[in-house]
Amino acid sequence: MSMAVISLTLLALAFGLALGYAAIRFRVQGNPIADEIEALLPQTQCGQCGYPGCRPYAEAIAAGTEQINRCPPGGDTGIKVLAELLGTEILALDEGAGVEKALPEVAIIHEDACIGCTKCIQACPVDAIVGAAKLMHTVITAECTGCELCIPPCPVDCIDMVVEKIDLQSWRWPKPAAIRNIPISVEVSDKVA
Amino acid sequence: MTEYLLILVSTVLANNFVLVRFLGLCPFMGVSNKLEGAIGMAIATSFVLTLASASSYLLYTWLLEPFGLEYLSTLSFILVIAVMVQLTEMIMHKTSPLLYRVLGIFLPLITTNCAVLGVALLNVQEQHNLLQSALYGFGAALGFGLVLIAFTAMREKIAMADVPVPFQGAAIGLITAGLMALAFMGFSGLANL
Repeated sequence: MSMAVISLTLLALAFGLALGYAAIRFRVQGNPIADEIEALLPQTQCGQCGYPGCRPYAEAIAAGTEQINRCPPGGDTGIKVLAELLGTEILALDEGAGVEKALPEVAIIHEDACIGCTKCIQACPVDAIVGAAKLMHTVITAECTGCELCIPPCPVDCIDMVVEKIDLQSWRWPKPAAIRNIPISVEVSDKVA
Repeated sequence: MTEYLLILVSTVLANNFVLVRFLGLCPFMGVSNKLEGAIGMAIATSFVLTLASASSYLLYTWLLEPFGLEYLSTLSFILVIAVMVQLTEMIMHKTSPLLYRVLGIFLPLITTNCAVLGVALLNVQEQHNLLQSALYGFGAALGFGLVLIAFTAMREKIAMADVPVPFQGAAIGLITAGLMALAFMGFSGLANL
């Protein structure tokens, strides 16, 4: 009996020590800069930057292999805050990636035209479209990031982008106007002075 | 050589752990809704089962047998399996982030998979040596993966089928599993181990 207790205790102790050592030895260092960059990206997961989502783009910026101006949903404001974080120059939005929208848009599905093919559901990066095969689909407006990825796969072109209607649910605190309105040239000359 | 081949055939087909011995049924029912998940689970299980059966063999022959503590085998096997899984998860997280992303969520689930403990205890019962134990574990995992993936493929079809209301969901799943088990009875004369 005492032998059993002692041997199990020793075994558990040895395993515990081994695991504790392994936890230190194999600790995964996160990339804090990539985390910070990702926190500033708009999380639309639209892929307009050429990466499959916001996280890979953030990692590419952190690794120094990508410019900060490839995020159309973030727009000039996004580039400004990224430049501030990284201490780099403010660049103009890369036209190759897309243009910034004036107002936030969401997708809507014309439900009478929908044939229930589920292709837009598979394309949606944030699971904002509900529906099943051969049944009508619809967009959960509150979840839609307006990335437009559902539009090309639709075989009957029944998805449109509309300006998001602002009500109590969808209203968000506006981006700081001060940042948006400061012309870039003035900002630079201020620093020089 | 024949003996090793026989172990493999026996564990994969004739004495399949899921359909003949009825071990590991919870992941068999739980993770069989989508093919990607089932494949991930099958790979993770084969990894853990091989490792766990080898390490529990070592624990048994080097520690429990010399001290006459065979009656502690269930308890200490659970301990060693849990530690192995934890260790594997840590090492995988560090060395292969891609593999970790694919298998990560399944690894902790396997700790409580009764097939893992079942293989370790059966190894002792059948008095296998180290290589036989590892092969037994690997074969068990191969059989588990085979029926899991086959079952998942069937369930994906069944999800689209017109099943009578009282049989929908888990009921038709269990009936399917029962029919598969009947079919696997056909292998019973193939290898006697």
